[in-house]
Amino acid sequence: MRSEPGASVPLKAAAVGGLLFLHLPLALIFLYAFTTEEKSFQFPPPSLTLHWLSVAWFDRPDIWGPLWLSLKVAVLATLIALILGTLAAAALWRARFFGKDSLSLLFILPIALPGIITGIALRSAFDIMSIPFSTWTIVLGHATFCIVVVYNNALARFRRLSPSMIEASVDLGANGAQTFRHVILPQISSALLAGGMLAFALSFDEVIVTTFTAGQQATLPIWMLNELIRPRQRPVTNVVAMIVIAVTFLPILAAYYLTREGEHTGGSGR
Amino acid sequence: MPPAVSFQHVSRHFGHVKAVDDVSLDIFEGEFFAMLGPSGSGKTTCLRLIAGFEQPTSGHIEIFGETAEGLPPYRRNVNTVFQDYALFPHMTVGENVAYGLMIKGVARAEREAKALETLAMVKLKGFDQRRPSQLSGGQRQRVALARALVNQPKVLLLDEPLGALDLKLREQMQEELKALQKELGITFVLVTHDQGEALSMANRVAIFNEGKIVQAGPPADVYEHPRSRFVADFVGSSNVLPPEFAAAHGGTHAWTSLRPEKVRLVRAGEALPAGQFGVSGRVASALYQGAITRIAVELNSTRIIAAIPTGMTTIQEGETVALAWDACNLVAMEAA
Repeated sequence: MRSEPGASVPLKAAAVGGLLFLHLPLALIFLYAFTTEEKSFQFPPPSLTLHWLSVAWFDRPDIWGPLWLSLKVAVLATLIALILGTLAAAALWRARFFGKDSLSLLFILPIALPGIITGIALRSAFDIMSIPFSTWTIVLGHATFCIVVVYNNALARFRRLSPSMIEASVDLGANGAQTFRHVILPQISSALLAGGMLAFALSFDEVIVTTFTAGQQATLPIWMLNELIRPRQRPVTNVVAMIVIAVTFLPILAAYYLTREGEHTGGSGR
Repeated sequence: MPPAVSFQHVSRHFGHVKAVDDVSLDIFEGEFFAMLGPSGSGKTTCLRLIAGFEQPTSGHIEIFGETAEGLPPYRRNVNTVFQDYALFPHMTVGENVAYGLMIKGVARAEREAKALETLAMVKLKGFDQRRPSQLSGGQRQRVALARALVNQPKVLLLDEPLGALDLKLREQMQEELKALQKELGITFVLVTHDQGEALSMANRVAIFNEGKIVQAGPPADVYEHPRSRFVADFVGSSNVLPPEFAAAHGGTHAWTSLRPEKVRLVRAGEALPAGQFGVSGRVASALYQGAITRIAVELNSTRIIAAIPTGMTTIQEGETVALAWDACNLVAMEAA
């Protein structure tokens, strides 16, 4: 079809090249999850098998611990982020005070800060306060950047609420809790869901901060890192990688569609 | 019978700004009361004090004899129609109207029936399943009205309710609001900066300036007998005559208001009857406004604006005309 002028050939080639560069490694991960060759990754794989799926499921109990830990941490960090992020956004939404912009920046900073700095800072803080490493130290580390995601999403949605809407609800007899439940929450819920899913995905595959706050515990990404260092049944790592992709990519995709729908309907949909 | 709303020496200060400054006022049951004033004059803050969104810095507020300060908005039998309507976008029109009843715990069937009834009252029959975003500005305004009225408030507060509507719709809504108020007998308190709106709808008007009520009374009274230069200027337009000029032309030695429509044109050679006073001068401007032509006549010490019915004579800028008025139309004012 030559109905409309397209991009030039070099531009197209560059675009295709860029996409391949980004996604070919992902495709290889999937491919080698099914290879029959266990020790080295030779291309092309000698032949394909579903054997490693069953190995991962039945013969490798060492996967379950890290997977469970990762899920637990991600859920807890997301819950903390949802509560604190929403509260912070609600507090800063209508307030006018000296230093508001600086405070807002402080909320967003953790996501801009290199994870290694956050990690070192938290580790020395736990050290000074003699807090032993536990699930909660990992959760705390993850919450620092998860809050940012929820905060940003919630604040963007709050800004579209008219303050007089809240006064109208109170005027019609609703107290604070009823106003939050019937007027505010329905209008920010899709933003919270999107922010929460992004937070979950960020937490689930986090490595750097986790390294500093986990101690001897292994989350799934850390388990994978260890597997690469001393490989045995290499394709099993790839099977786990597929799980990680699924668990993180699906929420991000859902978050994208949720916020996109929000843009169109101005929060009036659902 | 206590007044519907009573302010006793009420002040509301924001830091150094005295938004409301020692206001005392009684609004009676069944009254259509208008608070009129320029923006920043304290009228909206007064409304918010009645609604409970603001608490007085000092003074005492009673609503039907009951102390109001300290009472949150949701414990007051008072409802508000907001300037931007403040409809809930995630609810249908019917759910919006039924909101207050739902909060009170009225059963679904009953509150839905009441909502439909109230929607019919504001001429929005059949709109209950729509979203606010699917309505025009005038329709949203009616929903806001229905949402407040369905709760059968003792006092309905209206914050510049017609400000966002175009002229034709505004005039229509003025009539409807007035009819609705008469029919329901609820006390309406209207805040507006539009003097035409206040004069045409209200039984009584309070004129606000700089946080104080400068004059209150029935519209005709306020219009005919402005007590200060501010009221004379703000309510309608007026010639404010300096004391010397007023004393020499039928009035007393005081700042005096003379409404432009009370000034008439004197024909050449006409002798002024007793009780009338006149001046002559050069026409500085003549503005044709349909029913009337507004002319400004330049005198030595002042200028007089006159509203002359159009069609009697054509007046050119630059020509010299004679003007006259009845001495009884000169209203001496207390302050400049």
